Amino acid sequence: MATTYRTCPVSGLQFEDQAEKLMRWNAVAGVLWLLVGGITALLVILTRWPAIKLLPADQFYLILTAHGIDMLILWILFFEMAVLYFASSTLLRCRLATPKIAWLGFWLMVVGGIMTNVAIFQGESSVMFTSYVPMQAAWHFYLGIILVAVGALLGTAVFFGTLVVAKKDKTYQGSLPLVSFGALTAAIIATFTILAGAGILIPTFFWSVGLIKEIDAQLYRMVWWGLGHSSQQINVAAHVSVWYLTAAVIFGAKPLSEKVSRFAFLLYILFLQLASAHHLLSDPGMSAEWKVLNTSYFMYFAVMASMIHGFTVPGAIEAAQRRKGYTNGLFEWLRKAPWGNPVFSGMFISLVSFGFLGGISGVVLGTEQINMLMHNTFYVPGHFHTTVVTGTTLAFMAITYLLVPVLFRREMILPKLCQIQPYLFGISMSVLGLVMMGAGTLGVSRRHWDMAFSGAPFQYEWPGAAYLMMGLTGIFGVIAVIGGGLWILLVVGSLLFGKKLDGGKVSDRPTPIPPSTQAASAVAHGSDHVGVPGTVVLALLLFVCFVLYYFVNWKYLSEVWLLS
Amino acid sequence: MSAILPPSDRLWWKQPIDKVEWAWIAIAFVWGMVMFVMMIYWHVYGKQNLSNEAYKTTPEMFAAKAEKFIAENTIRTEIGLNGEEIPVAKVPAGGAGYLIARLWNWYPILELEEGQTYRIHLSSMDYNHGFSLQPVNINIQVIPGYEHVVKMTPTKKGTYAIVCNEYCGIGHHSMLGRIYVK
Repeated sequence: MATTYRTCPVSGLQFEDQAEKLMRWNAVAGVLWLLVGGITALLVILTRWPAIKLLPADQFYLILTAHGIDMLILWILFFEMAVLYFASSTLLRCRLATPKIAWLGFWLMVVGGIMTNVAIFQGESSVMFTSYVPMQAAWHFYLGIILVAVGALLGTAVFFGTLVVAKKDKTYQGSLPLVSFGALTAAIIATFTILAGAGILIPTFFWSVGLIKEIDAQLYRMVWWGLGHSSQQINVAAHVSVWYLTAAVIFGAKPLSEKVSRFAFLLYILFLQLASAHHLLSDPGMSAEWKVLNTSYFMYFAVMASMIHGFTVPGAIEAAQRRKGYTNGLFEWLRKAPWGNPVFSGMFISLVSFGFLGGISGVVLGTEQINMLMHNTFYVPGHFHTTVVTGTTLAFMAITYLLVPVLFRREMILPKLCQIQPYLFGISMSVLGLVMMGAGTLGVSRRHWDMAFSGAPFQYEWPGAAYLMMGLTGIFGVIAVIGGGLWILLVVGSLLFGKKLDGGKVSDRPTPIPPSTQAASAVAHGSDHVGVPGTVVLALLLFVCFVLYYFVNWKYLSEVWLLS
Repeated sequence: MSAILPPSDRLWWKQPIDKVEWAWIAIAFVWGMVMFVMMIYWHVYGKQNLSNEAYKTTPEMFAAKAEKFIAENTIRTEIGLNGEEIPVAKVPAGGAGYLIARLWNWYPILELEEGQTYRIHLSSMDYNHGFSLQPVNINIQVIPGYEHVVKMTPTKKGTYAIVCNEYCGIGHHSMLGRIYVK
C-alpha cells in the first residue's frame, strides 16, 4: 500500500500517513471517553459528598460503574493505542504494519465501548468495573468489554508487526530507543493481560446468556485480577515511557544508563502479574503462604523497578540540565526547569505524585496483614487515583500539549490556561487522593452510597474526622473535575480553532534515523558523565517517607483486635 | 543520544553502571527484602494475622449450621429500627460463632466477651460482601461458597458495627450488623 511520510518542522519527528491518522483517531476517541468519564466523576463526587448527596442509590451505582469502565478501560486504552503507534511507527520512522487491521481494532474498540455503555445506562448492569460474580450484568456488558479487548489485542499485534517492519526495512540501527522499548514492555504485558481477561470474561459472557451454570466466585476474583491489576501495569509501563519521552523532548535527556532503565522495564514484565494477588489478601480462598509469596517476593521486584525509574527519570533530567550549565547547588537544575511549559510541569507532577502518593500507598496496601486495615475502604480508590490519574492520566495529558502541535498541526489556544491546567488538575487530584486515603484509614467504605446507613436496622456514626475527609473529597474532587474539564476544553478547542501549523515536508519514502556518530559514542563513554546529587536527595526523601509510613501502619495494625 | 533514539553506543549493555545508581538499586532491593521478611515476622510474632482456615460450602449448608448455632445460643432478641426482630447469639467463650452475610443484612447479632478468643465462621448466601468491623477497622472479604473461619479476640468492650464494604446491590448501604463486646 502506498503511503507517505511527513517530517514535522518543529520536532523533526516523522509521521507515516496511516499511523498518523490512527494516532489522531485513537487520541480523539480517548478524549471523548474522558469527557464521559469526567461527567460521571462529577456525579460520583457530588453524591459521595455527604453535604450534597446528589443521586439516588440506583443511579449512583450505575454512574459509578460507568465511571470505572469509561476511565480505566476506554480513555486509557484508546490513548495507549496512540502511544503504541507513536513509539513504533513514529520513533522508528517506518510504515505501520497492516493498517487495515489497526483500523479493525479501532472500530472493535469503539463498538465494544459503546455496547458496554449502552448496557450500563440501560440500568441492568450496575455491577461496577470489577463485575464480581454471581452478581450478573446484561450479556452485552461483557460482550462489549470482550470486543474492546480483542480490538486492543489487534492494536498490540500491529505494534509488534511494526517493530518487525522497522527491523526489516533497517530504518534504525542498533537497539530500540528506550521509549519504544518501554512501549514494547507495555505491549507484552497487554498481551497476557488481555488473555487473562479473555479467560474470565468469555466464560462470564456465556454464563450471562445461560450457557454456563455457575462460575466460582473466588476463582472469578483471582482470574479477573489477572486482567484488572495487570492492565494497570500496562499503564505504568506506558506512562513511564511517556516520562522518558518528555525528558528526551524537553531536555534532550538521555537515560543515565540504558542497561538499568531497560532492566527495570523487564522486571515489570516478569513480576507484576503475580502482584495481582494483592487484591486477594483478605480473601478466604488463598493461603497465607500464597499471599506472601506472590505479593512480596514477586511484587517487590516490580516495586524495585518503579523505584529505579523514579530515580533514573529525574536523574536523566538533572544530568541534562547540569550539562547545560545549571550546576549551582543541589536544585538549580530543577528550579530553572521550564515550569511554565505544561508538557514538563504535568510530567513532573505526575512523577512526584505517582512516587510519593500512589507508589507508597500501593505497597503499604499490598502488604498481607496491613491490607486488612484498608481492604475495600475508601483508601483503595484514594490509592489508585494517585496512580492511574495523577500518574497515567496526567502524564498523557501533559504529552498531549506536545502532540497537538506536532501530530494535529494546531497551535494550543489560550496558552495561559494551558500553563495552569497541569497544576490545577495534578495538585487537586493529589490532595483528593490523600483525603480519600484519610477517609479510608478511618474505615469509610468505597462504593457506598450512604454514610448514614439509611434503612439499616442499626445506627452507626462515623467519626467526625471521616465526615471532614469526605467533605474535602467533595471539594477537591470538584476542583479536579474542573481541571480535567479544562484540559478537554483546551484540547478540543485547539483541534477546532487553534492556529493551523505547517505540516512540513512530505515524502513517499521514510528517512531512516541516521546512525550515531563515532564522536557521540565516545562522549557517551566518559567525558560527559555528571553526578546527580539533587536526584539522590529527592530519592532519599522518598525512601524516608516510604519507611516511616510503612511502619506507622504496622503500629496501627498492632492496635486492633487480635486475629489469627 | 536520547531516550527517543537508539542508544548511541551500540554495545550499551557493556557500559558500566554508575555507583550512585548501584547504591539506589541496592537500597530498593534491601528494602524489598525487609518488607518481605516483615510479613513473615508478623506471622510468627505478630498478633493480627488473617486466618488460613477456609472450607468450600454452599449457602444451604452454611445456613443450616448457622441456624443451629442461633437456635442454641440466642440469649435475647432485639428490635431493629425497621421493626425487625433480630436474635442476639452469645458465642461460647473459646467456641464457634456463625455470621451470615446476605442481601442486605448481617445475621445474627453476636455477643462476645473481652479477652476471649472466638472462631467466627463467615460466609455469604448470595453475592460477595465485605466484613468491615467499625470503628476497629478490620476488613475481610466474604465470598459465597466459601466458609472462612476467623479467630478473633476482642480487646475492648463496646458496641461495634459491621459495615458491608463490598458493593452488593441497591440496598448495600443498609447492610449494617452489630457485635457486642461485654
